[in-house]
Amino acid sequence: MALQSPSLDVGGAILVKPTPTSAGRGYWQSVGRRLRRDPVTLICAAILILLVLASIAAPYLYLADPYKTSMLRRLYPLGSPNHWLGTDELGRDMFARLIYGGRLSLFMGVTPVVCALLIGGSLGILAGFVGGKTNMAIMRIMDVFYAFPSVLLAISLSGAMGAGTENTLLSLTLVFIPPICRVSESVTTQVRGFDFVDAAKASGASAFTIVRVHVLGNVLGPILVYATSLISVAIILAAGLSFLGLGVKPPEPEWGLMLNTLRQAIYVNPVLAALPGVMIFITSICFNLMSDGLRAAMDVKA
Amino acid sequence: MLLYALRRLIYLIPVAFGVSLLVFALVHLAPGDPISAIVPPDAPKEVVDKLKEYYGFDQPLPVQYLRWLGVTLTGDLGTSIGTGRSVAAEVGSAFGNTIILAIAATSLAFTLAVILGTAAAYAKSRVVDRLVTMISLIGVSVPHFWLAIVLVIIFAVELGVLPPMGIGPENSTGWTFDRAHLAHMVLPTIALSVIPLGVVTRTVRSTVKETLSMEFVTALQAKGMRDSRILFHVLKNAAPTCLAVMGLQAGNLIGGSILIETVFAWPGTGFLLNSAIFRRDLPILQGTTLVLAGFFMLLNLTVDIIQTMVDPRIKRG
Repeated sequence: MALQSPSLDVGGAILVKPTPTSAGRGYWQSVGRRLRRDPVTLICAAILILLVLASIAAPYLYLADPYKTSMLRRLYPLGSPNHWLGTDELGRDMFARLIYGGRLSLFMGVTPVVCALLIGGSLGILAGFVGGKTNMAIMRIMDVFYAFPSVLLAISLSGAMGAGTENTLLSLTLVFIPPICRVSESVTTQVRGFDFVDAAKASGASAFTIVRVHVLGNVLGPILVYATSLISVAIILAAGLSFLGLGVKPPEPEWGLMLNTLRQAIYVNPVLAALPGVMIFITSICFNLMSDGLRAAMDVKA
Repeated sequence: MLLYALRRLIYLIPVAFGVSLLVFALVHLAPGDPISAIVPPDAPKEVVDKLKEYYGFDQPLPVQYLRWLGVTLTGDLGTSIGTGRSVAAEVGSAFGNTIILAIAATSLAFTLAVILGTAAAYAKSRVVDRLVTMISLIGVSVPHFWLAIVLVIIFAVELGVLPPMGIGPENSTGWTFDRAHLAHMVLPTIALSVIPLGVVTRTVRSTVKETLSMEFVTALQAKGMRDSRILFHVLKNAAPTCLAVMGLQAGNLIGGSILIETVFAWPGTGFLLNSAIFRRDLPILQGTTLVLAGFFMLLNLTVDIIQTMVDPRIKRG
């Protein structure tokens, strides 16, 4: 299902190849080596790190005040003196707002995926490892969420709960739990069938030890790769909710919200009106490429 | 086959039950009690209590749910708070407009995706493959509501060749087949098709590529079969996987058209849902969500059944 989601769908099943846990370090070293030789992934990672650092350090970067409005300086075009990316519909400096906007936009894209990874991942591993009735109960509940197109679910939930950052985070987390849970469940079920799990059981290892050592070591990679591929979807969806007026409230700078408020300016200064979308686009494309690189480096078959 | 379809249908019942619970819960997720959305904040307490009794909000939740479910199952989705019209009528007319847009967008996206994906899988030159991979990457990465605005800026504002919003000329609310309505469809169709285009192109490319490396293809080539005939066999084998992804994308497109419909003021379900949210029109919110989720479930079921028909290897228990 995707977000239109965009693409939350679990297309084909993910195949797990057992990685010897004793040689765990060797595996991660080879992943690191492969990543270092992948220029596209490195460039994307660099851009993303730059964006994150810029938004964290925004208050110390000598930027203009992103909240300071000016009726006289509204909708300055790009390249104006003192405002080299122009000003928005209320005369606020665009460059400062785009940099500050990254704080909320990135936060609201990454946080739901991390929360969903913790909750959905645990539920999925539990369902896959325990199996039986527990599996049935958990997966049937997930099926209910799968009956909604993800964008619809996010919008209906935020719409009912009302606008606001916390509500958006909550509804997005709910949207991402089912797909992550499904992937976790399917890879865990596969790993449970491997001989080394039986061997560990026979040697008297506790269920906790088996999960910690044998299962997690083998399923974490595929689950993580899948979760990173959801971040770009989450960023677009979070921006979309703010764009509809269901997420961040004005006057906070956030890319989706800026795109919405600047819509009235498309007849006056069209290039300016499109700028926040460029930021979303760059971020989401980098996350997608990085996720692809990670998948290749970790040798996860999608 | 029929047995499988029937079993799937029965399996849908518990899911549908869960969906109805979730949709019912939407109203109670709303801050404050549901009555506060209809009455002014300074309404006397007696009036509020009367209304609560009238709508049944004074009953315990399970009773409210069963009552609501009973009424809903008869096809009565309630009355819109904003317009006073029945929710079923409002959602029904909007749904038609959404479907028309969805059909146009999916046809465009899937046709292009199959052509591009197959071309990339067959391509000997890396350029073609790279190009197609890039197109699908852009498709899944672009914020489609932003693309919609960019399209409006280019084709409506700068060039002035296509209308920027609406379904047709002069407050038209329904779709008819004529030049003006078709012109209004062009931009929303393109904006809506980018995501499925990206996702499906990716799937077609990888599936066809995988099929091409199978032994039966080599056998057919050795036998001297014409390439065009081999292509037919390859596509037939790649079809089930691609169909599954296409079905999901079609359903998501209908749910996801909310943003595009808002940008273009297209009078479909998404536009209706969005305006209902801002008028706090909870019956419309509930009704639209329920209808769209129901449609999505049926679509998924249909895709599943078609898949088993196309691919006899799939045996489902």
